[in-house]
Amino acid sequence: MTQILLIAIVVMIFIVIFQIAKASEYVSVLKGEEKARKQNNKINAFLLISFLILGLIGVWWCNDMFYPKTLFPMGAASEMGEKIDLMLYITIGVTGVVFVITQVLLFWFSFKYQEKDNQKAFYFPHNTKLELLWTTVPAIFLTVLVVFGLKYWFKMTSDAPKDAVVVEVTGHQFGWEFRYPGADNILGKKNYKLTKGANSLGVDFNDPASLDDIHVAATMHIPVNRPIKFVINAQDVIHDVGLPHFRMKMDAVPGIPTTLWFTPLYTTEEMKIRSGNPNFVYEISCDQICGKGHFSMRGVIIVESEADYKMWLASQKPEYYTIFPDKAPKSTSIDSASTKQTPLATVIATSK
Amino acid sequence: MSNTISLQEAAIYQEHDAPHVEHQHHETFITKYVFSQDHKMIAKQFLITGMIWAVIGGLFSVLFRLQLGYPESTFPWLEDLLGHWAKGGKIQPEFYYALVTMHGTILVFFVLTAGLSGTFANFLIPLQIGARDMASPLLNMLSYWFFFLASIIMFSSLFVQTGPASGGWTIYPPLSALGDASSGSKIGMDLWLTSMAMFIVSSLLGGLNYISTILNLRTKGMSMTRMPLTIWALFFTAVLGVLSFPVLLSGAILLLFDRNLGTSFFLSDIVVNGKILPNEGGSAILFQHLFWFLGHPEVYIILLPAMGMSSEIISVNSRKPIFGYMAMVGSLFAIAILAFLVWAHHMFVTGLNPFLGSFFVLLTLLIAVPSAIKVFNWLTTLWRANIRFTPAMLFAIGFVSFFISGGLTGIFLGNSALDIHLHDTYFVVAHFHIVMGVASFFGMFAGVYHWFPKMYGRYLNNTLAFIHFWVTIIGAYLIFWPMHYEGLAGMPRRYYDFSGWESFKMFAGLNQFISVISMIVFAAQIIFIFNFIYSIFKGRRVTTTNPWGANTLEWTTPIRPGHGNWVGEIPEVHRGAYDYGKDGREFIPQTEPVGENESHH
Repeated sequence: MTQILLIAIVVMIFIVIFQIAKASEYVSVLKGEEKARKQNNKINAFLLISFLILGLIGVWWCNDMFYPKTLFPMGAASEMGEKIDLMLYITIGVTGVVFVITQVLLFWFSFKYQEKDNQKAFYFPHNTKLELLWTTVPAIFLTVLVVFGLKYWFKMTSDAPKDAVVVEVTGHQFGWEFRYPGADNILGKKNYKLTKGANSLGVDFNDPASLDDIHVAATMHIPVNRPIKFVINAQDVIHDVGLPHFRMKMDAVPGIPTTLWFTPLYTTEEMKIRSGNPNFVYEISCDQICGKGHFSMRGVIIVESEADYKMWLASQKPEYYTIFPDKAPKSTSIDSASTKQTPLATVIATSK
Repeated sequence: MSNTISLQEAAIYQEHDAPHVEHQHHETFITKYVFSQDHKMIAKQFLITGMIWAVIGGLFSVLFRLQLGYPESTFPWLEDLLGHWAKGGKIQPEFYYALVTMHGTILVFFVLTAGLSGTFANFLIPLQIGARDMASPLLNMLSYWFFFLASIIMFSSLFVQTGPASGGWTIYPPLSALGDASSGSKIGMDLWLTSMAMFIVSSLLGGLNYISTILNLRTKGMSMTRMPLTIWALFFTAVLGVLSFPVLLSGAILLLFDRNLGTSFFLSDIVVNGKILPNEGGSAILFQHLFWFLGHPEVYIILLPAMGMSSEIISVNSRKPIFGYMAMVGSLFAIAILAFLVWAHHMFVTGLNPFLGSFFVLLTLLIAVPSAIKVFNWLTTLWRANIRFTPAMLFAIGFVSFFISGGLTGIFLGNSALDIHLHDTYFVVAHFHIVMGVASFFGMFAGVYHWFPKMYGRYLNNTLAFIHFWVTIIGAYLIFWPMHYEGLAGMPRRYYDFSGWESFKMFAGLNQFISVISMIVFAAQIIFIFNFIYSIFKGRRVTTTNPWGANTLEWTTPIRPGHGNWVGEIPEVHRGAYDYGKDGREFIPQTEPVGENESHH
């Protein structure tokens, strides 16, 4: 019923608009088209300048309302991210000034030079000096922005420091898997053709380096203040590791591993305070459309102190032993039972 | 000369094809309205087909905005309308992605490429350069009918059981290559690729025709530097299309091979749904290079005609010459060249070599220079003018406003270090909707309002036009401006629902607001379409041949020109198109010889 009413109202509005439009056309014919045109001209010129003023107020208002919801107030959570934010501010500053000047000129000229009976357009077909001016000035500003940008670009795409914590990130429809290199700090080889059953990443367990690798799903732990390097893969389609709080992003492409690195500055707990959100959590968003579950392809990163991270890592059982339980050393079966209770107990158990 | 020959050929073709036609002056309904070879009728065919597509594409956006604005609600009438795609009155994720994909495909290719340059290149090129028709009216007709065929195939893909393509309008493989990865990548994707192949054929036939017409069929005295800026813009548009569309065709064909013939151009090391695929050695990134080699010039294919028409309309209604005609041509040329050299700025996060990436940063930001020249030249054209705010002029001013707003955010995205953060967020959505979506639509509307009297011999209703303009400009800013903030919060695009995300769920109220405005703006477009159809039959009649007091040649034709455009000889041209306000005269048509005492410039 309400739908029919709604449709009726919409149709009525259309009919009323149409009738007004038709009537105004008759009126303009009666009044003389020239006169009606000039009247409309004045109205539109006034509306243009009003649009400018209200628009600029609206821009201010919109900023007031939504700036607190952006990532700026809580700040970037990585070293590089802080520089990216600075660069964003500079770019917003430069483009903001150009935006205001050009929009004001556009609407102000439109208003000021609206058609008047005693006014004649000024014949001004070209002026080389002016044209050179607005070729060179933007070029200079852009050079500055390019230099800034490329400096950071080369820095962020450079090789990760040697002491970086390496985590392999694998995307699939619709979730994230993480693999840590274990004690030898080398990720074991993979071959996608070995992907079968419990070996969901296709790890080649003939490679000795793979035996101590740790595999976890959905939630990643990393230490604060140390460079972190991601080695990124995808199993089925292209995904993208989106790290908005670290200002980082990299595609996960099947068949072509990619990398990124960053240094987290704050633990998850610290970010809860900085953001003022007690539920704050670092999220990995998939930023490349990957199918119907794209919007739910969520990963979580827990940034913690070095000690907490070590403790967590020690509590994890190598994937090799979960896949082949019979190969696991006898003692770890007791450990894994205790894992369920408290990780601390495991650390004590394994650290001797 | 050459055009009379082609007209004769056309006549022979007609007689051969439709034997009941007695001689070429007698036209049946079929030859006049359906298989017409008159460039003006073909232009109208492109325009009206484009408008139908625009309504479909716009409606899709309203549907998915319904989901984004009201993720918790159900709409039982949607299930009545869409069946299993909206089970329980809720748009299903697969269908949401299909809507997003088709919205992009339809608006980018079918509306803003075919509907925009198809319409105005066909309509304006012969009329403004003084030709009786296109170089090849037959190919021109085929260009429309290939577009029609592409339309039919794309439209039919909406009705297949597994749904239309749903991997985004950029159809990146492997998602688009594997039916197992997405139901939209089953038969719907084959139809998408086939349709695009037809579309590319259409666009090549059209583009080659536009180029050869502009180069060969200009009337006496119409040197290249006397051409209106619309023609320059349409010329560069056609060149861009001819050089870049074949690359997309190659990408589409290779993708068809990968899908159906077991090749591995884009596939390697894939496990999908537990199935280990045999493909090895392909590169998924290769497709992105092929796609964006068209995809980026495509942005300018969409934008340049709008620039050209806005330049013309701003000059006519300012009663002033366009400022810096040669700089305007030069900047169009620069943009056309740079358009080919920046494609990889869409791929900064693919793991592209950073050294290579730095060149793309440099070249991308270089585009800002010709863009700035254009903006300041438009502004200077308005300075000390005597402006008439016709609906066309309002839309042209709106075009400049949106071009500035959307162009400036391009400086963020072209700079790779910032792009990494903003890539595939709502910041990008805001950027390209403003600069190539809304701005180009405004250029297109400006063109329709300005040349409607030439197309149909009647005017559009002004009051409806003003309502259309004001609702659209205000609405478009309300929709897209706040999206920048969503992007600066890192909110990813192409998400069906944000409520599961701690980082992105705070924009629910804004999303609802944007959805409501988008419905209002859509309704305003219905007003325009109503105005268009009503005015074809009942609009105020045009009583003078030159209603806007313009210099260009199309206004020297009869009010309703027949096939061949001019009765008798084609007029000769003696000057450029922008002698407005010169020597105290309001305007001097191009056909008027240069007077002895006329000042020089």
